[in-house]
Amino acid sequence: MMVDACHLWLAMRKVKYMADNVTARGKKRLLKPFYNAGYIKAWLYLAPALLFLILFTYYPMVQVLWDSFFLKEYGAEKKLFVAFDNYRRLFADEDFITAVKNNLIYAIGTVIPSIVIGFGFALSLTQSSRFKNCIRSLLFFPTLVPLVAAAALWIFIYFPGIGLLDYYLAKLGIQSTDWLGDPDIALYSLMILTIWKNAGFYMLFFIAGLQGIGEEYYEAASLEGAGWWQKLRYVTLPLLAPTSAFVFVIALIHVFTHVDHVIVMTLGGPMGSTNLVLYYIYQNAHEFNDLAKATTATVLSVMVLLAISFFSIRTMERGIHYES
Amino acid sequence: MNLKKYIDTAVFFVLISTVAIIWSAPFLWMITASFRPQTFGGLDMASLWPNFIPTIENYRMAWESAEFVLYYINTIIIVSGILVVQLVTITLAAYTFARLDFPFKTVLFYLFLLQLMIVPPILIVPNLKTMVTLGLYDTLIGVMAPYFASAFGTFLLRQTFKSIPRDFEDAALIDGCSWFQVLRYVLIPLAKPALIAFSIVSVVAHWNEYLWPLMVTDSPGKRTLTIGLASFTRGAEGASEWGLIAAGTMFVMLPLMIVFFAFQKQFVNSFMFSGIK
Repeated sequence: MMVDACHLWLAMRKVKYMADNVTARGKKRLLKPFYNAGYIKAWLYLAPALLFLILFTYYPMVQVLWDSFFLKEYGAEKKLFVAFDNYRRLFADEDFITAVKNNLIYAIGTVIPSIVIGFGFALSLTQSSRFKNCIRSLLFFPTLVPLVAAAALWIFIYFPGIGLLDYYLAKLGIQSTDWLGDPDIALYSLMILTIWKNAGFYMLFFIAGLQGIGEEYYEAASLEGAGWWQKLRYVTLPLLAPTSAFVFVIALIHVFTHVDHVIVMTLGGPMGSTNLVLYYIYQNAHEFNDLAKATTATVLSVMVLLAISFFSIRTMERGIHYES
Repeated sequence: MNLKKYIDTAVFFVLISTVAIIWSAPFLWMITASFRPQTFGGLDMASLWPNFIPTIENYRMAWESAEFVLYYINTIIIVSGILVVQLVTITLAAYTFARLDFPFKTVLFYLFLLQLMIVPPILIVPNLKTMVTLGLYDTLIGVMAPYFASAFGTFLLRQTFKSIPRDFEDAALIDGCSWFQVLRYVLIPLAKPALIAFSIVSVVAHWNEYLWPLMVTDSPGKRTLTIGLASFTRGAEGASEWGLIAAGTMFVMLPLMIVFFAFQKQFVNSFMFSGIK
């Protein structure tokens, strides 16, 4: 009898203990986010930044997606649900297709050369000296200049006949070229400007990356009898992979988000040859008043950037606090 | 052997100097052209050689033909307004991500990071609509608002805060400091290099910004330096006016140029900081 009572008591305690445990866990999951003073504090401090991010980053992303399914005719009171009509209209628009094609050429033709040149600069200027620091500053300087100002200067450089480029090419006996007026050349002229402006920026990241590689790696390679090229190929490049990935991503984002030079230099012309997607968006929103097309093109741009982010967010994170 | 080394070094110096000169040619031209007398005509405009008596006539005329004072004031208001708000939002958010624990922290952190990719210029169309709704169209606040939160700044500062040992704060807390005092007297002073780096990058970026201010402002009184320069450039066409454009470009670049060459090292390090630290 005594033993049974004892068992019963033990069993009851066990059940109660389990029940307590369950509710405790439940409470922990459900109630803590709302009741814990520490959490409230955290949300409070995040609120200002979060408010602006919601207003100007998250909400607009949702808004453009929603808006891209509607069309408001000029002068009409209400907007109509048109499903995928705007997308159909957009893809039927030759200007848009041209802008996408141009942007792809522009992306490949600026990202790779500016990274390669930036890397080359970094290789020659890694060790600090008064002279090298001075050269570094000169090469980096174009990055600091407004794209609009750079464009203004480059209009003159490209000016046919009397511009800087033709003036000096003429001395070498090369005839004048219409750098910005020839539809076959104009896009490439803009690309050269972009490469010139960004290579120095990417150089900085590579210098930081190169300085982070320990001397011992090169010493070890030398002991193995590696030459300059082999050291570059088997030591430098693999160790710089995170830096390169990071630079690649920022270069790619740059390509889709900067069109100031197009606005100042060519207005997308001649014959749409320098039209880029963001310029297309700007033009449709600002000049043609075709907001539906601008909105739909924005949705596609955001999707491209989201895709890039999806594959590279870890790279960005690593890049920004590399070494710390 | 020694001779070969000397030659190598000499070749390197010559090569890299040539590249640097070519890279700087647009600026060399800008400086020369801006001091060139107008009467010189168009044909020799491209010469980089200052074969003339310098004049500040171009600067005087450029200054008079556009409202640079207004552009300077607007640009300075925008740049400093953005920076002040950013410093508050990023410090608070960075402190939270570095030191506090709360539900959905990781998710939220990645949501913040998203702004590194989905940068405001890509969202000009919906943001313009928002500004109209909020009644901020054609105001300087409208130009500033999309940049008030900064994923990059939050991230940079969070990393810096994380690298500061907690012992400092614990000591301050035991002495009876509030969290704000800890932030003000312990964390912020220690994070100064990161804050300066962020400030330089932010000021340069917004001083140079063009597309968004162009979209969201309309009246001439709200124009910034870059917008002023762009319309100035488009207004002046003929070859004889290149001296004017060069002078106008100089006005836009000069403040950053002076600060850059005075604090070269700080600038270069800040931009390095902006990527890899």
